[in-house]
Amino acid sequence: MANFTRGFTGGARRGGDTRLPPGQYDTGATWPVLTAELTPTIDLDTWTMTVDGLVEKPTTWDWRGIHALPGSSYFGDIHCVTTWTKFDTTFAGVSVDALLEIARPKPEATHVMATSTTGYNTNLPLDDITGGKAWIVWEFDGKPLAPEHGGPVRLLVPHLYFWKSAKWITRIELMDHDEQGFWERNGYHDRGDPWLEQRYQGDA
Amino acid sequence: MTEAIASSWTTGIVREVERFGETYVRLRLEVADRHDHVPGQHYVVRLRAPDGYTAQRSYSLASDPADPLIELMVECLPRGEVSGFLHDVVEVGDELELRGPIGRWFVWGGEVPSLCVAGGSGVVPFISMLRYARRMGTASQLTIVASAQTRERLPYVEELEEFGAFIALTRENHGDRVAAHIYPDELAELSKGIERAYVCGSAGFVSFVGRSLGEAGVPSDIVRVEQFGATG
Repeated sequence: MANFTRGFTGGARRGGDTRLPPGQYDTGATWPVLTAELTPTIDLDTWTMTVDGLVEKPTTWDWRGIHALPGSSYFGDIHCVTTWTKFDTTFAGVSVDALLEIARPKPEATHVMATSTTGYNTNLPLDDITGGKAWIVWEFDGKPLAPEHGGPVRLLVPHLYFWKSAKWITRIELMDHDEQGFWERNGYHDRGDPWLEQRYQGDA
Repeated sequence: MTEAIASSWTTGIVREVERFGETYVRLRLEVADRHDHVPGQHYVVRLRAPDGYTAQRSYSLASDPADPLIELMVECLPRGEVSGFLHDVVEVGDELELRGPIGRWFVWGGEVPSLCVAGGSGVVPFISMLRYARRMGTASQLTIVASAQTRERLPYVEELEEFGAFIALTRENHGDRVAAHIYPDELAELSKGIERAYVCGSAGFVSFVGRSLGEAGVPSDIVRVEQFGATG
């Protein structure tokens, strides 16, 4: 095979922006919606967020309780495995560190499974959601997070492909081993670093 | 599902190109070291410029796993970097970088009685399912609903009609059916006896059909969805 595609030089989306991970393009003002399930209707009066598994103090917060924690926000880029990148997003909520500070991970905890109200789940190394790298968010650009984008509350792990940022999150379980989540079982990478192009199972 | 996970890139040689106006192009490719797919799966096409710049997009397969070639039906999006190239530039004999088959969620293995609802080019994975079902003699397990603005804008419309798919056109009449979006009543009738539903289309279409399926009494936990955005 030739080492390039005949006739291809790159189209209008070619930016050469150093903020774009390999194989990604800038989606601009749009924010594509990609899910495997229908968007659920979630009642804030009954919504809860739980951190359990290998922690000293399994804890559940309701909508008011989680808002009582110190707020935290993220400003930066997000990257979807379907090749779009969205620059300069602003999300607000609470740092996952704040939840773990209360629940206190046991020393043997190495990984987590994040689970949505729909049953969707995704696995992450504990290191990828601690140290200021992950949030539980309910606001996007100063407005309530829309249901199709995971509202009222989603996980945000912006340094990994966006399927790791589980929409409609309700639980983080700490584990002493790795276990595949929904897309990981269905052919996608276990970690999903966009800078290493870890898109599918088998990528380095 | 027992298929091997395709973990590496391979090469496809374009054997057939058919353009349908400005909107669609059908590509049929011969794939080196091919793994059989399951209807509903997709391939990634990667284009590479002489200086190493790449662009890649995912496209559902329309072909039956037994087809000696794989078939893609690509909708040409405005300023689409990859779809525009596939529509305007690709010729028979060209080689393309490919990876697949990918995805083990939006797939139909032929056993589960299912309702498939497609908007526009969302019919592509269902074409693979219907070709497979016809060959295996399990067509009775598959009900297909396909929606588009007009008959001309619905890819594979003859094949869908021949299969007995329910065609819902929104801007022109189709047979006795007056132009309209799909009604929950229609979905209620078509979803009798199903154990799974697949919905494929734009995010707006999937959201609309999802609500309609709910009104039709289809439980949301049997619905599998696949959306596409303007990712060109």
